[in-house]
Amino acid sequence: MNDAVMAHLSPKVVLEELKKHGVTHVVWLPDSETNWLYLLMKAEPSLHLVAVPREGLACSVAAGLAAGGKTPVILIQNTGLMESGDSIRGWLLGLNVPVVLMVGLRGWTRHGVTQDTAATFTEPFLNAFRISYYLVESDADASRISVAFEEARRTKRPVAVLVGDEYHGFNR
Amino acid sequence: MFYTADMLKVFQQHRGDAIVVPGRGGRHWINISTAPNLDVPLGDPAMGGHAAFAFGLALARPDRKVVIFDSEGDIQMGLGILLTIAEQRPANFYHFLLDNECYATTGGQPVPNAKNTAYDAIARGAGYPSAFAFDELEDFSRSLPGILGEPGPVFVAMKVHPEVENKPIGQRRKWMTRTREQVIKDLQQALSESRGRASVAQGA
Repeated sequence: MNDAVMAHLSPKVVLEELKKHGVTHVVWLPDSETNWLYLLMKAEPSLHLVAVPREGLACSVAAGLAAGGKTPVILIQNTGLMESGDSIRGWLLGLNVPVVLMVGLRGWTRHGVTQDTAATFTEPFLNAFRISYYLVESDADASRISVAFEEARRTKRPVAVLVGDEYHGFNR
Repeated sequence: MFYTADMLKVFQQHRGDAIVVPGRGGRHWINISTAPNLDVPLGDPAMGGHAAFAFGLALARPDRKVVIFDSEGDIQMGLGILLTIAEQRPANFYHFLLDNECYATTGGQPVPNAKNTAYDAIARGAGYPSAFAFDELEDFSRSLPGILGEPGPVFVAMKVHPEVENKPIGQRRKWMTRTREQVIKDLQQALSESRGRASVAQGA
């Protein structure tokens, strides 16, 4: 097995990043990449999980948590990111919420032609909203999660982490 | 049906030290409230998210009552948040709904199924342990102290007169006196000062 096949993003590493940056609440809607991470988060006493039924609502919940002095993170898929456009504009950008959005990059591949429009439109969408983003594909990229948290705090803006490990996801 | 401003005047008498997110009642509340630094008048950041924002605030500050004056147009857009609120059961969350049966800020067009929706029943069905409905101010006034004495989450649907705005947005009276950023800063400062006072009192 070569290195490219071996490389993956461990949910434990992601969880450590969240704890390192003082995350108090995970506002989320499950996607195919996050189930194992969900089990770890559920067992972590310092995290409060808040499940929402539509991703735009995650933005306004996170804005309220931040206004009350907490440190939320938003965990959604790229499909839901795009559904959330007006909430990102009004609640996150409009209220200067320093929040990290961890976005499952459905359809992402480094090989061949990307077939899934969910992946095709993710970066243009983020660019349209002038939201910085960092691609994280394996544990070797995990420090970029810290970069995102620090940038969000410094700029008082939402910053996205694109989780480009769809095939393995967090499901091991 | 009653007027939003009349209802808010009644509410003010029982507000205590609650944080108030006035939503679309903001243009009235701003002239009625006696604790503006505990108010979160945001105008309309993005429709459908007011209740979710107030709920997030309630989770963050379980030591305070958080009161939201939501609207039926907003709640129709973000109905799913009722399920999240019911699941999380914030005991400090009081969800009031101003139902004027229309989109008042766009000229008064009716919301879907304007006259035949029981929002209290929806809230109860979503899992709110307690939900009420009022169309008479007298009944509301009589019940309010008891409602605010219950543990949340509580849902209160109210039929209010539509106060339709038809002027182009640029010609409307601007009722917000602070920027959204300032509103949040003032709230955080007020909460931190009161926390400081509580610590001193405990120490003494």
